[in-house]
Amino acid sequence: MTTTIAQPSYLEGKKGLFSWIFTLDHKRIALLYLYAIIAFFLVGMTLGLLMRLELLNPGKDLVEPTTYNQIFTLHGVIMIFLFIIPSIPAVFGNFFLPLMLGTDDVAFPKLNLLSWWLYVLGAVFALATLVFGDGPADTGWTFYAPYSVKTGTNVTMAVMAAFILGFSSILTGLNFIVTIHRLRTPGMGFNQMPLFAWGLYATSWIQLLATPVIGITLLMIVAERVFGIGLFDPSIGGDPVLYQHMFWIYSHPAVYIMALPAMGIVSEIIPTFAQRTIFGYKAIAYSSMAIAFIGYFVWGHHMFTSGMSGPAAIIFSVLTFLVAIPTAIKVFNWVATLYKGSIDVKPPLLYALAFIFNFLIGGLTGLVNGALAADIHVHDTYFVVGHFHYVMFGGTGFAFFGALHYWFPKIYGKLYNIRMANISFAIFFIGFQLLYFPMLVVGLMGMPRRYYDYLPQFHVPNVVSTVGSWILATGILMMIANLMVAYWKGKKARKNPWHGITLEWQTSSPPPLHNFDKMPEVNEKGPYHYKNAMDQ
Amino acid sequence: MEHSFSLPNSGHNFDAEASKLGMWLFLFTELLLFGGLFLVYMVYRSLNHEAFIEASHHLNVWAGTTNTIVLLASSLTVAMSITALQQGNKKRSLLLLTITFIAAGVFLVIKYFEWSAKFEHGLFPGMEHYSQLPTGERLYFYLYFFMTGLHGLHVIIGGIFLAVVMVKIKSGKVHKDRISLLENGGLYWHLVDLIWIYLFPLFYLIH
Repeated sequence: MTTTIAQPSYLEGKKGLFSWIFTLDHKRIALLYLYAIIAFFLVGMTLGLLMRLELLNPGKDLVEPTTYNQIFTLHGVIMIFLFIIPSIPAVFGNFFLPLMLGTDDVAFPKLNLLSWWLYVLGAVFALATLVFGDGPADTGWTFYAPYSVKTGTNVTMAVMAAFILGFSSILTGLNFIVTIHRLRTPGMGFNQMPLFAWGLYATSWIQLLATPVIGITLLMIVAERVFGIGLFDPSIGGDPVLYQHMFWIYSHPAVYIMALPAMGIVSEIIPTFAQRTIFGYKAIAYSSMAIAFIGYFVWGHHMFTSGMSGPAAIIFSVLTFLVAIPTAIKVFNWVATLYKGSIDVKPPLLYALAFIFNFLIGGLTGLVNGALAADIHVHDTYFVVGHFHYVMFGGTGFAFFGALHYWFPKIYGKLYNIRMANISFAIFFIGFQLLYFPMLVVGLMGMPRRYYDYLPQFHVPNVVSTVGSWILATGILMMIANLMVAYWKGKKARKNPWHGITLEWQTSSPPPLHNFDKMPEVNEKGPYHYKNAMDQ
Repeated sequence: MEHSFSLPNSGHNFDAEASKLGMWLFLFTELLLFGGLFLVYMVYRSLNHEAFIEASHHLNVWAGTTNTIVLLASSLTVAMSITALQQGNKKRSLLLLTITFIAAGVFLVIKYFEWSAKFEHGLFPGMEHYSQLPTGERLYFYLYFFMTGLHGLHVIIGGIFLAVVMVKIKSGKVHKDRISLLENGGLYWHLVDLIWIYLFPLFYLIH
């Protein structure tokens, strides 16, 4: 083998602001997303803390009812469009998809930079609602018509933000699909791809095929507000339920845009920390595609109480139950992978296990929502709020932070304090359960969502929940502080601290500018064939 | 920057297959964008069947037919232009692209006169006559302006796209062996055409 000149790492090399914000390097773009996304997460979290504080006691504690409506809308818009949807694909997908496929960038580096700038533009629009007009939208993140057409708050701008962010998401998905089809290293077929790449592949198809529908729907809302007449206002013969259909045709598949990459992360972390071949590789890979496919046809389950024919409701309910099958396949495979593995309990594995635990609760409560009779009882109660926070925050959120702990040594070449990471994880996890489990209880008791006030009999669970929010925030801030300390003062990380065998671990930490100094070696027996690695 | 090792499957290499795949994926998103509108059209037409037919009599079928022929012909010329460049005939390719570009202009001019006539009759959403129309007809005109407007925007974008390709063919950046930009421009133009093929009967020819 010929000797090669070592390239500088991607963090060295060119310096200065412009070398970052106009970079074509997928790794630098990923870090731009990472910092922006964490910043927005903290903003969203602060809004969440404010809501919980208001709900500490019945009656008015802190804010006016309208302000409360604006807070939960902004919390939703920021957390959905600026945090969860881009989180794992835009940060870890951008950074690690090319590395895992053994290539040096995504297929269209310039388009990738455009996606980032669209993200920034969308974020600017979302934040501009704070200063312009009559303040941020108070419609909820769903922008349901006709209220979204009639309210005086700044819905137009919030909707435009979602529209632009949708474009960013579409272009990222397009880029990933082409990258996966065209840039896999020689010798890597689809079935030798890491499962994270499979997760991104399924996600990208949803981003591509579902997002345009909400794009056009939101444009109709804008036109309706600008011209004052339109399609969804019942007073001119429009149909508000049609808006709900159009909205959920995108927004339900969007739930899988959030969940599938997270499942990909878990499928990476578990075999690495069990040092064992993943159980049922193909089942996990194809179940991602199955979830993406079925996920298209279940949107109606958000509208069981909105007025829908009996047969339609039954079909949507049955299809919803079908999604549970590929999801359960994954969970069983992860657990089976752990069985007889040599488990090394490190922070990333803790996050992955927390994902399974939370997702289990989130998934099972989802079935309660999906059942027609039960949904009538729990619809628009805190049960739903608890359910989707278990899935999105408890699932995707935990997977995001798990991925951050898993790949931190690779991204920065530094190792964090493991003990601190474990402690902050424990606080985060306990806070999470205290925050959201009472919501399930209080929801079953009948407390409706989206009110700034509640009846006295719901007081105790709400106090527990609010205290939980403080514990959770403490855990998260400790976790971020721990990682920041590691960034500045952490020990130098080895090339492969967790003994992973996917391709990103074959290059140095942090990776060189063009990712590899020599040809990465594909494991012919599959990406998780650990015996092979042990022999070496 | 110099480095002695580079990967064979680099994202910075030019890959004609990749750019064509990317274009097709983008066209899927365009189809779904209009798909949402077609869905809304379908629902409201089935709810307001009579009113939609009544309102469609306000449209000029001849103008619509002429525009359909213009767009179909321009799809032919752009396809011929691609074949011409594949055979290395740069001059003919440019000529055919120019015809396509002119056709785009003709389409927009006819559309402009059609829209102006509607404005004169006060049929644009918000105008006096529009507000007095029955509900179903108002929905019809709202959809008419929204959908043909969005389509017109795509005609403009497609025209700009083809103009850029023309400049690049002239300067030699797009040529026989590196033709994918022209092919992608052609694909986009066919999409613009295809959507019109659906818009035309849905608005002009309903009975």
